[in-house]
Amino acid sequence: MNVATLRRIAFAVFRESVRDRVPYSLVGFALLVMGASYLIGQVTAGQDVKIIKDLGLAAMSIFGLFIAVFIGIGLVSKELERRSIYSVIAKPVRRSELILGKYAGLVFTIAVNVAVMTAVWYLVLGYMSWMETEAFKQSWEAPATDPRMLVAVYLIIIQLMLVIAIALFFSTFAEPLWAAVFTLALYVAGHFSADLKHFDLVVGDSPLRFITSGLYYLLPNMAMFDVKNAVVHAQPVPPAYVGLATAYGACYIAALVAAAVWIFGRRDFK
Amino acid sequence: MQSARDRWFPEVASPVDEIYFSSGEALGRMALSYKSLLADVYWIRAVQYFGGTRLDMKNGVMPAAGSGRSSYDLLYPLLDVTTTLDPSFNIAYRFGATFLAEGYPNGPGRPDQAVALLDKGFANNPGRWQYLYDKAFVYYWAVRDYRQAAHWFAEAAKVPNSPAWMPGLAAFMMGQGGDRRSSRFLWQQLRDTAEQQYVRENAEFHLQQLDVADVADRLTTLLKQYVSQTGEHPTSFEPLIRAGWLRGEPTDPDGVPFTIDSTTIRARLDRPSKYAPLPEEGVPSPPDSAPQQAPTR
Repeated sequence: MNVATLRRIAFAVFRESVRDRVPYSLVGFALLVMGASYLIGQVTAGQDVKIIKDLGLAAMSIFGLFIAVFIGIGLVSKELERRSIYSVIAKPVRRSELILGKYAGLVFTIAVNVAVMTAVWYLVLGYMSWMETEAFKQSWEAPATDPRMLVAVYLIIIQLMLVIAIALFFSTFAEPLWAAVFTLALYVAGHFSADLKHFDLVVGDSPLRFITSGLYYLLPNMAMFDVKNAVVHAQPVPPAYVGLATAYGACYIAALVAAAVWIFGRRDFK
Repeated sequence: MQSARDRWFPEVASPVDEIYFSSGEALGRMALSYKSLLADVYWIRAVQYFGGTRLDMKNGVMPAAGSGRSSYDLLYPLLDVTTTLDPSFNIAYRFGATFLAEGYPNGPGRPDQAVALLDKGFANNPGRWQYLYDKAFVYYWAVRDYRQAAHWFAEAAKVPNSPAWMPGLAAFMMGQGGDRRSSRFLWQQLRDTAEQQYVRENAEFHLQQLDVADVADRLTTLLKQYVSQTGEHPTSFEPLIRAGWLRGEPTDPDGVPFTIDSTTIRARLDRPSKYAPLPEEGVPSPPDSAPQQAPTR
């Protein structure tokens, strides 16, 4: 595995995402958060800081999700569409390096996006805090620029890394439209895995419960990465939980990327 | 063309409910990991709904039949959804309870819903003594059940980190019951400790209302003295002004004049004064009048 090759491919993905106008999402995010901070104060009975915190985290997650899905599904399919895959695999570049480089590039793109969004978000919250009186700030559950919210940002990045891995996996064998549908479906289904776990309460002793139980362990649990509500209300998120969620995400990512490498390695491009 | 359409074919407001999903659990499922944000949306809706309805009442604007605005009947469902989506949404419980308990037409006059909301808040956040304090306040102010108020002040005192004055307040409530002094004390505590400006302003309003009630009592005392001395039963304050007992026509801080209830020989204040009806002293009286029946949904 040539690290320099991986780096070059990753940077190429990043450059292409910039060409695809991904940074416009940053402008959209900044406008959304700043506009909301101005308007929301009039209609929320003093809850504008809380709402900006929720809005910022949700917007990071949603913008990141769309970037992850709609660029992720095109990571491989675009190469096939443009027929550039032939020139790439003709070079001394392993197929595994191509997949890993693509993955790393999109992760880097997402990380840069989320980092910039986080900075803008903290700036807006800092400004809102600066405008308020000390007496009013005493009523807040946590400071406006509470650094503990970075835990939620970190887990959002882990979740998006998982979504990218899912999108990349599907992009190695499915058409872009189907890859997007499957990725989004898994994202949504991952939020309902708790229902699968308790499905035996509904079906009783039916063999169906083994299937649902198996699906519960197979599907990625997307809700595990959601600590937005806790950080906004200054509730502690144990470091052990963050570690476990990271390890959980890493296992799924490794499995999906390995599967993507295996599938791509066996595709015949003739 | 849009302007022409709006002019020639104005939209008819359809009497549909403003709350399309009344189940917070179902909404929470649909919201995936964005429950907090959806809770904020419902919170904004609840604030706008309450404010809009209250403004309509103040301006004498009659809400359309079936619109849900005649008696604030959507306020509790909106707050219930908000707090189901975000069980830690502190201000939704406290703000919501304060204004659910407000007497009609300033609020729905539903202390039972206020108590239910605060019970939910405490169940989700057992460390927050403020919810039990607010519950005691609802029993004190809206229900006039001083025994229950004292009980819940005592329960609030048991929660760790509750303020040191809480046990004293419970004892005070048990001993004093419904006198104006205890009311003034409670509203002052609320004004001085509330986290939200709206709640502080509401407490300040009630303190002013107590001051106006004191003025009404002094006028009543004066009236009774006048009656016993002159044998006359005045129907206005004009005789007292002519006799030099009063310098001018007594009014509330906004200039609305007091009137005389000639049956009971008491000074009173009626609408459009914002301070009416004035709080009664002493014996617990029934809760403020509210719509007899909330419209069924």
